Amino acid sequence: MADTSPPDALSRFERTIAAEEKIEPRDWMPDKYRLNLVRQISQHAHSEVVGQLPEGNWIARAPSLRRKAILLAKVQDEAGHGLYLYSAAETLGVSREEMLDDLLSGKAKYASIFNYPTLSWADVGAIGWLVDGAAIVNQISLCRTSYGPYARAMVRICKEESFHQRQGFEIMQTLAAGSAEQKAMAQDALNRWWWPSLMMFGPHDAESAHTQQSMQWKIKRQSNDELRQKFVDQTAVQAAHIGLVIPDPLLKWNESRGHYDFGPIDWDEFNRVLAGHGPCNRARLAARRKAHEDGEWVRDAMLAHADKQRARATGAAA
Amino acid sequence: MNVAHFEYVQRLGDNALILGQRLSEWCGHSPFLEEDIAMANTALDLIGRARMLYAHAAALEGQGRDEDALAYGRDERQFGNFLICELPNGDYACTLIRQYLVDVYHHALYSTLCGSSDAGLAAIAGKAVKECAYHLRRSGDWVVRLGDGTAESHARCQAALDEVWAYTAEMFNGDAIDDAMAAAGIGVAPGSLAAAWRDEVEAQLALATLSVPRDDWSASGGRQGLHTEHMGRLLAELQFVQRAYPGQKW
Repeated sequence: MADTSPPDALSRFERTIAAEEKIEPRDWMPDKYRLNLVRQISQHAHSEVVGQLPEGNWIARAPSLRRKAILLAKVQDEAGHGLYLYSAAETLGVSREEMLDDLLSGKAKYASIFNYPTLSWADVGAIGWLVDGAAIVNQISLCRTSYGPYARAMVRICKEESFHQRQGFEIMQTLAAGSAEQKAMAQDALNRWWWPSLMMFGPHDAESAHTQQSMQWKIKRQSNDELRQKFVDQTAVQAAHIGLVIPDPLLKWNESRGHYDFGPIDWDEFNRVLAGHGPCNRARLAARRKAHEDGEWVRDAMLAHADKQRARATGAAA
Repeated sequence: MNVAHFEYVQRLGDNALILGQRLSEWCGHSPFLEEDIAMANTALDLIGRARMLYAHAAALEGQGRDEDALAYGRDERQFGNFLICELPNGDYACTLIRQYLVDVYHHALYSTLCGSSDAGLAAIAGKAVKECAYHLRRSGDWVVRLGDGTAESHARCQAALDEVWAYTAEMFNGDAIDDAMAAAGIGVAPGSLAAAWRDEVEAQLALATLSVPRDDWSASGGRQGLHTEHMGRLLAELQFVQRAYPGQKW
């Protein structure tokens, strides 16, 4: 679709962004801005939806009824976040069906971290602490994003994510203070989830395909590397507090930078998982496809019933 | 301690826990996103109810056990839930038909238990009955939508109903514990709920264009801990972590 716009539309759009005001659904916006947002918001929504699977893997095995209730509530929140985000994306003229088709065909991405398996109860703690922790760092920044519906969805999501992060940290804290086996379980989970969590912030700024334009339009407010550093700084302190060791021999406080230094990220692994070759990519997509295909008759029945009801109402009125 | 009183409350907890455990299996796998949320939400209500009932039962027992000791520390033969709760989910029709049949029962049961002479149980029932009303509205709507939807959804619902129906009689066949609790004004005589349940279910099935199955056989044994072969596997999964690492805090 070409930009058909009044002559001063672009400058008005740019002035709005410069003034830190929000772009709203009915405002004129460049096609690229719209497409960039659709990509980012739908990817975010898909991540929430696929993200139900690794944690859902432990609902049936949660080690206490309290933990089971918390985990159910959390996974339910994630699905709710998926709903707000699909709705935010729909304000940009794309339908949920189109977005879902793109997810199921493999065209759309979702957070690569969910392509790793949850192997022990401690993984549920690690996901809350690290994955939701990384997500919050990113999402707090997105509360100031220039597109109004996205910014407002983020404010609400951040509140719930902060509860998720705390419950994950509390699981890890409990395990770290528990038996030797429990502590080993927590350390093993940290070892496996640490580097994928750092990868959640995306490539280095210099290599990021979308960063520059997104920053200019204030879709993104801080760069991948800035956000990653913030996450490392806060998490290093938390790990030390509960007596777990971050699996990075180069992690060290740098007085002159006022930040933690950390070791190089394995971008080959990042690219491999992104390309569909992580341990669970196939299983995650297969699970989503199966749910969608198995549910087709249910969705058809709902529509058929609604049609019958309408026809009956019309018949009765006639 | 009144053993019958403890057992009665514990069994109510068992029904909530085992059905909640089954529903939670849908999380992330249901037909669309709104249903993922609704299923998790219903499962959460049931797990929350199980926690309150177990905590109350453990307090009645007074042996220092807690909700988790009852949920994680007992074997199959010691669980007193109805068999209908432990049946595998099957397809969405099967899950929702089962849910509807149990929701009608639970709604009537907890409405009556609001007047229990056990104030703790009455308070739990007061919360449960609100959830039951909502669960029933939802599952009742689904039964009509799917029963009176497409030819396929109708056939699936009828097959599910025919399969599950035999497990409903058990809900109304009380034993000595139920009788004692009803006599004491603590519990409800399950048989007293049967006629109204049947009327309500038949009316809804008629709206859903579904036929009431024949009462040619019925399954029972849950109250006595005589379960289906599905129960052991359900518990193996539910209890795995506590069994593998006994005596830890989580």
